Amino acid sequence: MAKELIRLSDCTMSFDGEVVLDGINLYINDEEFLTLLGPSGCGKTTTLRIIGGFLTPTSGDVLFDGVRINSVPPHKRTINTVFQKYALFPHLNVYENIAFGLRIPKTDASGHKARLPEGEIDQRVMEMLEIVNLRGFEKRRITQLSGGQQQRVAIARALVNRPRVLLLDEPLGALDLKLRKDMQNELKRIQKAMGITFIYVTHDQEEALAMSDTVVVMDGGKIQQIGTPEDIYNEPKNAFVADFIGESNILDGIMRQDGVVELFNRRFQCLDKGFEKDEAVDVVIRPEDIDIVPEDQGQLRGTVTSVTFKGMQYDIIVDFYGFKWLIQTTDLSPVGSRIGIKIDPDGIHVMRKSQYSGMFGDYSSYSEEYEEISDANYGPEGEGSGDEE
Amino acid sequence: MRNKLSWFAVPYVAWMALMVVIPILIMVVYAFTTAQFQGTLENFSEMGAYTSVFLRSFRLALVATLICLLIGYPVSYWMAREGAGFQRVAMALIMLPMWMNFLLRTYSWMSILENNGLLNQFFRAIGLLELLGVDYLPMIGTPGAVVLGMVYNYLPFMILPVYSVIVKLDHSLLEAARDLGADSALVFRKVILPLSLPGVLSGVTMVFVPSVSTFAISRLLGGGTQMMLGDLIELQFLGGSYDPHLGAAISMVMMAIVVACMVVMNRFGEGEGEAALL
Repeated sequence: MAKELIRLSDCTMSFDGEVVLDGINLYINDEEFLTLLGPSGCGKTTTLRIIGGFLTPTSGDVLFDGVRINSVPPHKRTINTVFQKYALFPHLNVYENIAFGLRIPKTDASGHKARLPEGEIDQRVMEMLEIVNLRGFEKRRITQLSGGQQQRVAIARALVNRPRVLLLDEPLGALDLKLRKDMQNELKRIQKAMGITFIYVTHDQEEALAMSDTVVVMDGGKIQQIGTPEDIYNEPKNAFVADFIGESNILDGIMRQDGVVELFNRRFQCLDKGFEKDEAVDVVIRPEDIDIVPEDQGQLRGTVTSVTFKGMQYDIIVDFYGFKWLIQTTDLSPVGSRIGIKIDPDGIHVMRKSQYSGMFGDYSSYSEEYEEISDANYGPEGEGSGDEE
Repeated sequence: MRNKLSWFAVPYVAWMALMVVIPILIMVVYAFTTAQFQGTLENFSEMGAYTSVFLRSFRLALVATLICLLIGYPVSYWMAREGAGFQRVAMALIMLPMWMNFLLRTYSWMSILENNGLLNQFFRAIGLLELLGVDYLPMIGTPGAVVLGMVYNYLPFMILPVYSVIVKLDHSLLEAARDLGADSALVFRKVILPLSLPGVLSGVTMVFVPSVSTFAISRLLGGGTQMMLGDLIELQFLGGSYDPHLGAAISMVMMAIVVACMVVMNRFGEGEGEAALL
């Protein structure tokens, strides 16, 4: 059974009176791949820096293996970090960058400072170069490496110390899409092979879903939801999570009874239970869970207002009674045509109302760049606010 | 590309030819000729008599450079770690004396260090001189006074380049070193120091070169007893022992030694980062 390694209990962080983290409770298991996911300024990097020892929480405890480590400095933690812009030492070559941590004398249990023998350093550096596929690059200068290679050196430099935990702060942010995908697989493979806990910070929901055992969605200094990628996607807790992870239509509904929700004065079958009778709720319907049928067979009827070809599918925007939905379909329905839709009970997900209700999930301002627009603040270079530095 | 640039370069090339290349050529001609402009190496062989001046110049300049480094580096390091407002004020304070005339500043030191100067008066007032049983502490006219003058005048040239390198150091590099297990001392030794070496090299150059060739400081604070190369050269052109041919030869040798020192230093620093200013 998984063993708990790190626990943040009621961690709060404020800078100059501004609260950046607000009562974070989180535990991380040994050998887990955990991702902190959220928009810039959500507190994910701050959380990572608290675990790394670069920040001490204003209040609350950080436990490592059951021991409180709030004020243990970074160089005394068995945790290593892959920094956002790699932070490789420009005055050292690839080999010496990786060997940096190994060359530092370690204090053993008896308080005696000891250096690793040169032979062992060499063996471990070469082993790491093998793992990150950089054999033959040991004499290169850092400035002679591509972004992807620098990334690998940064990972090797951290992992060569055999940390219990590796922290990764948007490590793939500076790479192009193709390289990102390759590195995602590579990281996952390394994590499995070495059996190390990875704590990964990203604003990229696809990356989080593809790599993680556990995803922690954060916003406004608070944890919005913790769960497996499937849980987060299929059972979002509130409108923020539903909107941030994937595309979703979020509608106002009324829970008439267990398994029955009312939308636009029509009753739909769903699988959700445990709400008050007639409770006002948010309803999430993923664009891919909607079937298009001839108008007279549809549970709802609407007019197609926009069609965008996306390669795998068409993204079409359909106007239902003034509310615009995004539907993803492989069948083309031309703009202006009337269509009906059917939604299976398992395609409907009901959430309690939250502070985020009404803020997300309406596609009336849809444009072809909707992905870019909704992620505009979340670009890799957008981490400009002081709390995230 | 080359053609396009060459037109813009004309004024610069002309200026360099007129103001740098031609004077150096004149100097070379003087150095290798007699007063009747006949070729000779006598100017160089005569120089042997002045070995002590050469040695003193390089010794004092070296000591001054070393002291500037020992003071300048910690000051730069400390400044670079403080807030931006503090840095601006500190920078202004360091630059402020440089806006005053160089000779004026050196004359002020004279009146401070003189046998009957401010410092000795102060020592007398607090009874220190009486205690030691002397009329005054000899300060002016000592090698120490010359070194003090050099350090005072050239310290900003050490602080500025070192500071500008340290302040630009990527903070995440320091965090990375700590993350990899280095304590503060190791972070300094393994990251900050090697990365600030280019600044140190240009600081050393900018202090050493004017120090080794100074004549005002050594004459005013050395009291005539601490003759340096600059004084010797000046004597050959303006002083009693008028011999511009010998003066040119001494200048050439000094230049050659300084250039050699700088080349060696830059070689040494090359592996650690960009070559320093030469």
